[in-house]
Formats: sequence, structure tokens, C-alpha cells
Amino acid sequence: MNKARNNPLNMTLMHGALILYTIIALFPVFVILINSLKTRKAIFREPLALPSSDSFSLVGYQTVFKQGDFFLYMQNSLIVTVVSIFLVLLFGAMAAFALSEYRFKGNTLMGLYLALGIMIPIRIGTVAILEMMVATGLVNSLWALILVYTAQGLPLAVFILSEFMRQVSEDLKNAGRIDGLSEYTIFFRLVLPLVRPAMATVAVFNMIPIWNDLWFPLILAPAEEVKTLTLGSQVFIGQFVTDWNAVLSALSMAILPVLILYVIFSRQLIRGITSGAVK
Amino acid sequence: MTALTLTNVNKSFGDVHVLKDINISVEEGEFVVFVGPSGCGKSTLLRVIAGLEDASSGEIRIGDELVNLTPPSKRGIAMVFQSYALYPHLNVEKNMSLALKQEGQSKEVIAERIAKASTMLNLQDYLHRFPSELSGGQRQRVAIGRAIVREPKLFLFDEPLSNLDAALRMNTRIEIANLHRQLSASMIYVTHDQTEAMTLADKIVVLRDGRVEQIGAPMELYNNPANKFVAGFLGSPSMNFLPAGLVTEGDSRTLGIRPEDLRLSDGDGLAAQVSHVEHLGGDTNVIAHAGDHQITARLFGQHAVEAGQGVTLGFAPEKAYYFDEAGARLRG
Repeated sequence: MNKARNNPLNMTLMHGALILYTIIALFPVFVILINSLKTRKAIFREPLALPSSDSFSLVGYQTVFKQGDFFLYMQNSLIVTVVSIFLVLLFGAMAAFALSEYRFKGNTLMGLYLALGIMIPIRIGTVAILEMMVATGLVNSLWALILVYTAQGLPLAVFILSEFMRQVSEDLKNAGRIDGLSEYTIFFRLVLPLVRPAMATVAVFNMIPIWNDLWFPLILAPAEEVKTLTLGSQVFIGQFVTDWNAVLSALSMAILPVLILYVIFSRQLIRGITSGAVK
Repeated sequence: MTALTLTNVNKSFGDVHVLKDINISVEEGEFVVFVGPSGCGKSTLLRVIAGLEDASSGEIRIGDELVNLTPPSKRGIAMVFQSYALYPHLNVEKNMSLALKQEGQSKEVIAERIAKASTMLNLQDYLHRFPSELSGGQRQRVAIGRAIVREPKLFLFDEPLSNLDAALRMNTRIEIANLHRQLSASMIYVTHDQTEAMTLADKIVVLRDGRVEQIGAPMELYNNPANKFVAGFLGSPSMNFLPAGLVTEGDSRTLGIRPEDLRLSDGDGLAAQVSHVEHLGGDTNVIAHAGDHQITARLFGQHAVEAGQGVTLGFAPEKAYYFDEAGARLRG
């Protein structure tokens, strides 16, 4: 390939920079993980020390499993994240297909309108959203969160996917039309498989903010049976006393599901980011 | 019987008038080639016939049926695309059978037609491969096979050879010609390459700027072009255009003479300075200049002509064509 990549000095520098960044990015996760396995005293005495035979303790995990409905929270979080991502991908891809494929009046305007959401944070509309949810009786249900996150994810999804769909060969879609495929079949069977890397990109971009969100669960669904993991972990944070063991253990376990989802999407994601750039 | 009739077909995209009053008829079993420079509307015309674009006005009849409002799959056509457009997630067999399944044909019919088409195109060994595992030429054959199995009333080819390399192009061209003979189906073929047009067509339609310039058999267009554009577009190297004043004093017309009709002469003719010579073995192409005007002569056999030499190029008067300023042919 090019010279820069073969030069050993460049290689060292490049890897050095990447390793440094990896350390910085993983450090907080590492601190959470080691401290979740220590006694309360050890956490405060030496936060950066690894758990030793003295300081090792699973008390945090025990608290989490005993107190609070950890698995229910985890399940709620998973339902909300997975369903929201599914809806974002489905509706985002459909809108993107219509915008990129069909000529109709106001096509550009519609595209701009849908892209506008990227620039305006959805939290600005929190009061209005809450009023709407109260009026429709959706407060304290997972649907409230799913609908809000779907709305939040759509603009970026439409924007990214319509760019990718424009690159799908026109001839291929026309061949489908001549062979008698319906527009839905063309969309689901021909176009969607070809934009899979872009779909993975959109999924990952949406997944993490949804999983980590505290704002909307706190406002729209604070009831015990619909609490998400981030909100559920708050029970251990009190005004006067915070059970750090429990908080850190809950957070450690909260990382797992997103990590698994990320691994599923990441192969596709890398192809999505580099497609066009590397060919 | 006519396979296709276009009557006053127009197509506009917004303010851009792409096709202007197109009138063409294609007879049963005829091989018709649409040829023209890029941007002349030939591909758009093909898409209008296929039903991928709606005509803004005019009538399209396939067989006796008016098909202006019929969706592409119901028009009894099959199309082969420049980029092959094979379904990447289906193997060769499924690529070919998809349309038949959509039509609701029985399994026996599908198997029989695929067997027939794959034998015809030498694809038997590749039926279970995916498009990504095939070479360009094989992909193009699959694309043609996908069209054949439908047994359409009309085949449409959209520049099917332009993605192939030169050697393969020639072979595939011959294959398509053979296919036409075997199937004796009506075919419409779009290309910008005049060689493909001349070699394949029963009838050529020359298009320019969305208008039909001339329709006719290849030799008819070659020997009897209606205007300067058609005369210059067909034939390679293309026809020389010179002010007729160079030959006859005071003549204001444009003289057109084909390179192969020029010969080295001792007596009358055009005096010119040779600027370049291409020795091809069988032919010798002489590029010469008479004043500012470039003249190409294609001499049969091998000639000892060198750059910088002065030559006199003669021609038989009956081989000359004359055009007026607007490019229309002047006869007599």
C-alpha cells in the first residue's frame, strides 16, 4: 500500500497514539470494575488499587441482587433499546428509501425537515412530550420511552440511510421492477441487504445514548415496574449516604448487554464507516 | 406483425425536453439498434419502452396492446442492463428463476426454461454460483439468461457490452447475434458504439438531442445518409468534411468523402501534406492536412507514405456527398 504505512517509525507512532487513546477511554471502565469488587473502605482508601485478598468483596453485587429489582430493570432497558432501534431502523430505512428513490413534490423539503431533528435536541420538547404522554395515558409505560427514542433516532437514521441508498445501483432496482417484484420486495430483499453496514452504523449510534439515558426514564416512566437500569441504579445513590459498592456493581453489569450488542454490530459498523473511504 | 410501435412519444423531465416526437416501429423478429452520442436520449427512450419511465405524451404499443399504463413486468419485455444488475444475494439459478416465480409459473416450466437457457449460454456449470464468484463475461451471460427464460415478446438491451474488455466484447457481440438468430425474437439494443450498431442491426435508429435523425438498414444509412450528422456518425474512421471550394472554385457547399474512398493520385485531387501515417498491415491510414483542414484517407494494403510528404488525394465524383450549411444533404 502506501509508504507511510510501511515505515516502522510511523507504525510505532500510530499504534502508540491508538494505545494511549484506548487507555484513556478504558480507564473509567476499569476503575468501576475493580472498585465494584472491593469493600467500601478499600474503595475510599485506595481507589486505584486492585482488589487484594483483604479488600476483595462481592457485597455490592449481593446488594444489587437482593435489593432493587435488578433483572426487571435490565429487562426494561433491553426491551426499550431493542424495540426503539428496530423501529428507528425500520421507519428510518423506509423514509430514506422514499426520499432517495421517488420523485415527488416537496421531496427536498421533506428531506430537510427530517434532517432538522439532528440539530435540535429532543430534550427541549420535554414538557410538551410529557403533556402528550399524560394526555394519551402512556406515562409510566415502556411505550412512552420507545416512542420518544424512536423519534430521537429517526433524523440521523434517515440522513445516513438515504445517502447510502442513493448509491444502490439504479439498474438493480429496475431489474427487480421488470421481474415483477413489488416496491416492498425491492426494498426489503434488494436494497436493505445492500445497506446493512449503514444500518449497523445507525444502530450503534442510537443504541448507546438510549441505553445510558436517565432523563426520559426519570420524567416519563419513573414507576417501579418500568424503571430502566440507569434509573434503577439511582436507588443506591441517596442524598446523604450512597452505597458505592452497589452503584459500581450495578454499573459494571449494565455495561454487559451493550457490549454484546456492540460486538454483534461492530463488524458491520467498521465496513460502514470505511466504505467509500477505502475501496 | 409489428412488435413495437411508438407514436409521437415525448418525454420531459421538468423543463428539459428529452425525447421529441419519436415515431418508430419494430417488426416481429427484427433487431433494431438505437445509436447516438451520449446524452441523446437513447437510454431514456429504452426506459420509456420498458415502462421504467412514463412517456409525457404519445402512444407505446407492444404487439397490438397499448401499454402506456402497464407496469414493466406486465409488458412482456425483458431487459439486460449495462451493469448486469444481478441480484447479489441469489445464485445464478435463482437469479434466472425469480421473474418466473413472480409470474406464478410451475416448477416444471421453470426448470425446463432454465435448462434450455443455460445450455444456450453455456452456464450449466455455474448455476449454483453467486454473481460475485463470476467473471464479467459470465455475469453478462447470466443477465442475458435472465431475460431469455421469460420468453418475452421484446428484448431490451441497454449498452450490454460497454463494461466488457475489447476481446470479450467481440465474442459477446457474436453471441448476441447468434442468439437473435436462434430465438428469432424482436430485440432493441441501445449503444453509442457505431461498430456494434453496424454489425448487429437489421435496422438502425440514429438519435441526436432526443430526435430521430434517420432510420434504416445499416448499409442504407452508410451509403445514403440523410444529413451530415448521420454521415459523420457511422463509419470508422469517420467521414471527412471539407469546404467544396477546395475542389471546385466558388462552391460554398460542404463536401463529405469517406476515408476509404480516397486514393493516392498522380493527377487531379486534393493536394495535402501528410502529418501522420498509421500502418495497420491490411490498411494504411493517412492523416493529412490541406490548409487547415484535416483529411483522413484509408488506403487498402501497404503504402510507403511518410509524415511530412506531400500527396495528392483523388476520389471518384460519385462517391462525394454534399451538405448545406445546416447539415442537410444536397442531392444531385
